[in-house]
Amino acid sequence: METNQFAAAEELPKAKSRVKEFIKKFMKRRTAVVAFVFIVFMIVMALAAPYIVPYDASQADYSNILSGPGKAHIWGTDEYGRDIFSRLMVGSRTSLFSALTATIIGTIGGVLLGLVAGFFGGLLDSLIMRFCDVMFAFPDILLAIAVVAIIGPGMINVMIAVAVFTVPSFARITRSATLAVKQELYIEVARSLGCRNGRLLFVHVLPGTIPSMIVNFTMRIGTAILAASSLSFLGFGANVTEPDWGAMLSQGRNYLNTAPHIVLFPGILILLTVLAFNLLGDGLRDTLDPKMN
Amino acid sequence: MGRYCAKRLLSTIPLLLVISFLIFMFIHLIPGDPARLVAGKEATKADVEVVREQLGLDRPLLTQYGEYMKGLVTGDLGLSIRNGKTVADTILPRLGPTILLTVSSAMWAIMIGIAIGVLAAVFHGKAPDYLGMVIAIVGISVPGFWLGLQLIQLFSVSLGWLPTAGLDNWQSYVLPSLTMGSGVMAIMARFTRSSMLETMRADYVRTARAKGLIESLVVMRHGFKNSLIEIVTVAGLQIGGLLSGSVMVETVFSIPGLGRLLVDSINMRDYKVVQALLLFFALEYILINLIVDLLYGVINPKVRYD
Repeated sequence: METNQFAAAEELPKAKSRVKEFIKKFMKRRTAVVAFVFIVFMIVMALAAPYIVPYDASQADYSNILSGPGKAHIWGTDEYGRDIFSRLMVGSRTSLFSALTATIIGTIGGVLLGLVAGFFGGLLDSLIMRFCDVMFAFPDILLAIAVVAIIGPGMINVMIAVAVFTVPSFARITRSATLAVKQELYIEVARSLGCRNGRLLFVHVLPGTIPSMIVNFTMRIGTAILAASSLSFLGFGANVTEPDWGAMLSQGRNYLNTAPHIVLFPGILILLTVLAFNLLGDGLRDTLDPKMN
Repeated sequence: MGRYCAKRLLSTIPLLLVISFLIFMFIHLIPGDPARLVAGKEATKADVEVVREQLGLDRPLLTQYGEYMKGLVTGDLGLSIRNGKTVADTILPRLGPTILLTVSSAMWAIMIGIAIGVLAAVFHGKAPDYLGMVIAIVGISVPGFWLGLQLIQLFSVSLGWLPTAGLDNWQSYVLPSLTMGSGVMAIMARFTRSSMLETMRADYVRTARAKGLIESLVVMRHGFKNSLIEIVTVAGLQIGGLLSGSVMVETVFSIPGLGRLLVDSINMRDYKVVQALLLFFALEYILINLIVDLLYGVINPKVRYD
């Protein structure tokens, strides 16, 4: 027990200063900071949307269908006269949170597999990595489509599908990070102090792999948003009556000739959000890994 | 080299077996009774049994697997439930458009992507670099299907230059190919740039400059040539993934290809066709990876095969 307290007391101030240094470095990357602010804004918007949007997202207004952007409806209305801005903001709840949840679940799965594979090596490692090879034989969107083909359409199933295709990339990254961290002196010290495998893995190895994971995680959220909206667009995802970015695009497609704005705004919003996550990921990588600069 | 090729070829066999097994299990993984699902809600019990027999689900699992494997070898993948034709006859006519689309997208995307990446690296920190990287990051972030819709809106609806859908002439390939290749172009540009930046820092590049070689030769002969091995790897992976990207593009542009067939077959629960298509896409991906691995030796004699 004593050794643990000792370790904690030593580590704490150092960890704090590292965070500070990271923030200082990160603030210098202006595009990444802007992206970060945009993401925070979108998340706040998603949380607050139902209370602050100007119109009820599912309220039809048949006297006002397919009207272009204007004073009353800044981004126009759809085929039922529903306000597109309101629908998109409310829809960001489904789109953002499904992508976030799916990525988090996939990350946890992939990280656990990668840690175990890298740490224990041997047969377990081979098995896990061959499993990843199999998953990699299906390019992202195809794997998601295959999963949805098996378990059926629907938003929850889309999340499962996106989570599944997130797993192998994290398993690979975590494994190679674990292999690198495993060689470090402090792991040997911890082991010689009598740490058990579980503690070694989660207290000593896992934190060392976090920098490489943060970057991939950020980028993967962008991929997840794209994949989820693609699946919804194909009709495998959210119900078309729900306000969801992909589903709105899929519906709006039928009015491309007469009311192009229906498709324009959801797409721009997806583009900006994914762009923000990618820019943030780029910025984080440059900050966390100076070699990449 | 010969030994390496043989080894690499042999190592894909277990992967192929596992994948073909998983795809065989596909229909059995479907929750509930697949036969009932295919037959539909109104089907009588007798109807469901007929479907079960058609799908071969009434036989023992091992027999089914044996027949499936035999089918794979002989090319007999069963019958499509939707049109009663064989799976091969359903898939083969769809192959042409998808392959043409993939090849045309890959060609422009890889060439332009590499060009942007090289220029960005050469003008590192200057305007062309920023411009190239803005194009690249937008290309990665844009939803492909939305880009397709916007291209249709601009070039077909507003300007009337190009057809909106279908495949009647070469013009009808322009927009789908632009849509399909944009992501690959972006990835190639980003990757080429970072790879080139790294190579241009190498000692032999400094030597080449020191001996007075003109810059364009330094870039092409010493920089680019040495980055090429990494670039080819990424390009290969991208082409592999591109084929399945046809799912989105073919849906947007109503192109009768494999991707569209996959979506339609899933909607119609035509499991035999879905199975065959998944297998096809996975095989193609593995095959391209294999080719890329083998190409290593040709491009870079430094790579040792042992």
